[in-house]
Amino acid sequence: MKTENTFVALALAALLAGTAVTHAQAETPANMLVIANRIDDIKTFDPAESFEFAGADVSRNVYQKLVNFDPLDLDAGYQPQLAESWIVSEDGMTITFTMAEGHVFSTGNTVTAKDAEFSLRRAVSLNKTPAFILTQFGFTPENIEDTIKATDDRTLVLTLDKPYAVSFVLNCLTSTIGGVVDMQAAMENEVDGDMGNAWLRTNTAGSGPYKVVDWKPNESVLMDLNPNYNGETPALERVIVQHIQESATQRLQLERGDIDVARNLSTEDVAGLADVEGVKIVDELRGRLMYFSANQKNEMLADPKVIEALKLAADYEGMANSFLKGQYTVHQAFLPRTFLGAIDDLPFSYDIDKASAALAASAFPGCGPIKISVRDAQERIDIAQSLQNTWGQLGCDVELIVGTGAQTLDRYRAREHDIYLGAWGPDYPDPNTNAGTFAFNPDNSDAAGATGLLAWRNAWALPEMSNDTLAAVVENDTEARGAMYQELQREFQGTSPFGILFQQIEQNGMGTNVENFVAGGATTAVSYWVITK
Amino acid sequence: MPSIPPWLWKTIATLTTISVTLLGLLFVTFMIGRVMPIDPVLAVIGERATQAQYNDTFIALGLDRPLLVQFWIYVRDALHGDFGQSIRTGQDVSSDIARVFPATFELATLGTIFGVVIGVPLGVLAAVRRGTWIDQVARFVGLIGYSMPIFWLGLVGLLVFYGILGWVSGPGRVGIFYQGIVEPITGMLLVDSLLRGEWDVFKSAFSHIILPASLLGYFSLAYISRMTRSFMLEQMNSEYIITARVKGLSEWQVVWGHAFRNIRIQLITVIALAYANLLEGSVLTEIIFAWPGIGQYITTSLLANDMNAVLGGTIVIGSIFVGINIFSDLLYRFFDPRAK
Repeated sequence: MKTENTFVALALAALLAGTAVTHAQAETPANMLVIANRIDDIKTFDPAESFEFAGADVSRNVYQKLVNFDPLDLDAGYQPQLAESWIVSEDGMTITFTMAEGHVFSTGNTVTAKDAEFSLRRAVSLNKTPAFILTQFGFTPENIEDTIKATDDRTLVLTLDKPYAVSFVLNCLTSTIGGVVDMQAAMENEVDGDMGNAWLRTNTAGSGPYKVVDWKPNESVLMDLNPNYNGETPALERVIVQHIQESATQRLQLERGDIDVARNLSTEDVAGLADVEGVKIVDELRGRLMYFSANQKNEMLADPKVIEALKLAADYEGMANSFLKGQYTVHQAFLPRTFLGAIDDLPFSYDIDKASAALAASAFPGCGPIKISVRDAQERIDIAQSLQNTWGQLGCDVELIVGTGAQTLDRYRAREHDIYLGAWGPDYPDPNTNAGTFAFNPDNSDAAGATGLLAWRNAWALPEMSNDTLAAVVENDTEARGAMYQELQREFQGTSPFGILFQQIEQNGMGTNVENFVAGGATTAVSYWVITK
Repeated sequence: MPSIPPWLWKTIATLTTISVTLLGLLFVTFMIGRVMPIDPVLAVIGERATQAQYNDTFIALGLDRPLLVQFWIYVRDALHGDFGQSIRTGQDVSSDIARVFPATFELATLGTIFGVVIGVPLGVLAAVRRGTWIDQVARFVGLIGYSMPIFWLGLVGLLVFYGILGWVSGPGRVGIFYQGIVEPITGMLLVDSLLRGEWDVFKSAFSHIILPASLLGYFSLAYISRMTRSFMLEQMNSEYIITARVKGLSEWQVVWGHAFRNIRIQLITVIALAYANLLEGSVLTEIIFAWPGIGQYITTSLLANDMNAVLGGTIVIGSIFVGINIFSDLLYRFFDPRAK
């Protein structure tokens, strides 16, 4: 099916090449933004449960957080939003937030510290997939009454189990799970003690600029202005996101003027739109990384010289300039560019002579059989085929094991792969999100079952680096903290069985009249409220 | 002891056949769900969940129970129309299907009407005028329909009629301005907009459906016209047709009154099969035209390992096949006195 879909895309791209589509016969209304996007991953709007890309796009525009990113200045980091200020206790274990006044939910209820307390507590209690973002600070269903506490309507006190870096805690609170929901609305719709979870899956009760008025799974999401929003009134009163699977179809709609923004354009369609009047392409660096990793249970792949040879025999630039052109850039560190502590070092480049020399110096100079486990997504298969080709030049007998996402993931979590080729996106906008999985594995035994850690999945024991990762989350000097991650990544590049390959660039096509479209960079999601057209 | 009337026997036999077929379908779909090399727990909780969350979900899904108990629960829930919750949409599978199936039903029905209205006369004409240019055209149309991939024709259609000419609307069921205006009654937008008196919505929906329906109709047409031609040729060479002509009947009476009359039963099967195929959902057509139908629903669910949705959808499709078969059986009995 995936192959068929790809064929469809290529077929229409070929068909569209050189074909003049009448532009802008239709036009979307001035007060409305129409977006074509793949939104079939939306399962819920509940911030305590939502953990998908398209869901995060909705959530960011519907729910406000204690602190949040300014879409027009993402580099500035977290800024006050529902909390106007905060102070940290001397021991670094308690953060006291003072709530800003004037924020009102779309339901008409005023936002208070009690709502923030309720929202964070319910996220911990419900213990859905993203709950780890909060529970990593020591919050548990048993202790939340003491550790997450609103002392009055304007004061919220968080008590942590360690003196974590404030930047770490606040960065986590900017993620979707930090969204503050209307306690009254949620509890009025509570069923069987679910704290409104079922209701909030399809309804929203936030204080952000928009509210969801209609959602048809796999079809569309419709958002209207929150009449009670206390910020500057957004220029666009209604936002419609249509689920359009095919890049070629999105391109046709954009050329016809039926949509304002196309969010899933293929390389071919981006190229095809380059000279189309009234359309522009906006590139944005996102947080997703593409990497390969070697299972250290495999004797040959546990040899550092073999790994070095494989890293040197990957044609980074060749891939980035051909089938990945414009959509990925070469990047070889585990923190995406724009994250605190990110580095641009590119220690590996395609050099088959150096790679052969490294392999010759290993205990496996003739290389041997290598199975690359990869899911059935075209860009990943293309990368795997490129590796198969260049590693083949070293004499390795490379076989691709292509499976569905779940099959490939099952094998990866069970530590049954040789080489895994896949993608990783940050869970929250703090360096620990990637350091804590690429460079942290305190117990490498099978019994530990730390399936969430990429280092564990690859059976990579790294006791010292794990300690360094832990040390970085309690470093309160932000500059020093950044330097710690830089050092950690340089060591990782030299010693790890991971070959980080690329960082994603999102190429969004839109009408030339659309301004301030920010997809969220590497740290957050899209912000509709600043867009004008 | 009073004897059981034949009609009662037939009814009992039919009901037994349906029950056994559906139970078999349930068993097969259940087993597919269990033997797939996919971890259903991971499909629910995702890649980042902890082991504790994994364990909780494993129990919540009832996977710790014996297989027979799981099957019994599955059958019991399915009989109540409860196929569980879709992990992809977060909604009940039954409500998802109630939402997507009418979209496919509407598209398939229009497509089949198109295929029958044009395909049957074309097939008859091709048989009667065998070897003439009409026959050549009919065969060419059939050949294209058989050999051209549906997505290619769909894309060409979209590019020409939407992209270049602008005669029809683009992907989706209705224009963005009309979304959510019509309160669903049947779930079929054309019907609902008429029932609610929303003419603008009807026009927009018609403008959206006409291209994918014509495309699907074309593929039905190719199949139906080819089969009709073949059935008719067989009849036209029969002795009773010669006798009818010798008797001095008009060509119209010979063709429609005699030959066509005798192929109706075969045609019913052909049309029923064509209709059932379209009701399965033409996945590629639905994807290209962003048509939120059951074909796309099942396929996307399959790719996301959403087995509840896949199994629920499969059972619905299977039941439709059973239903259409029974319906065509009934029509058989109506048209063929020997079957009564």
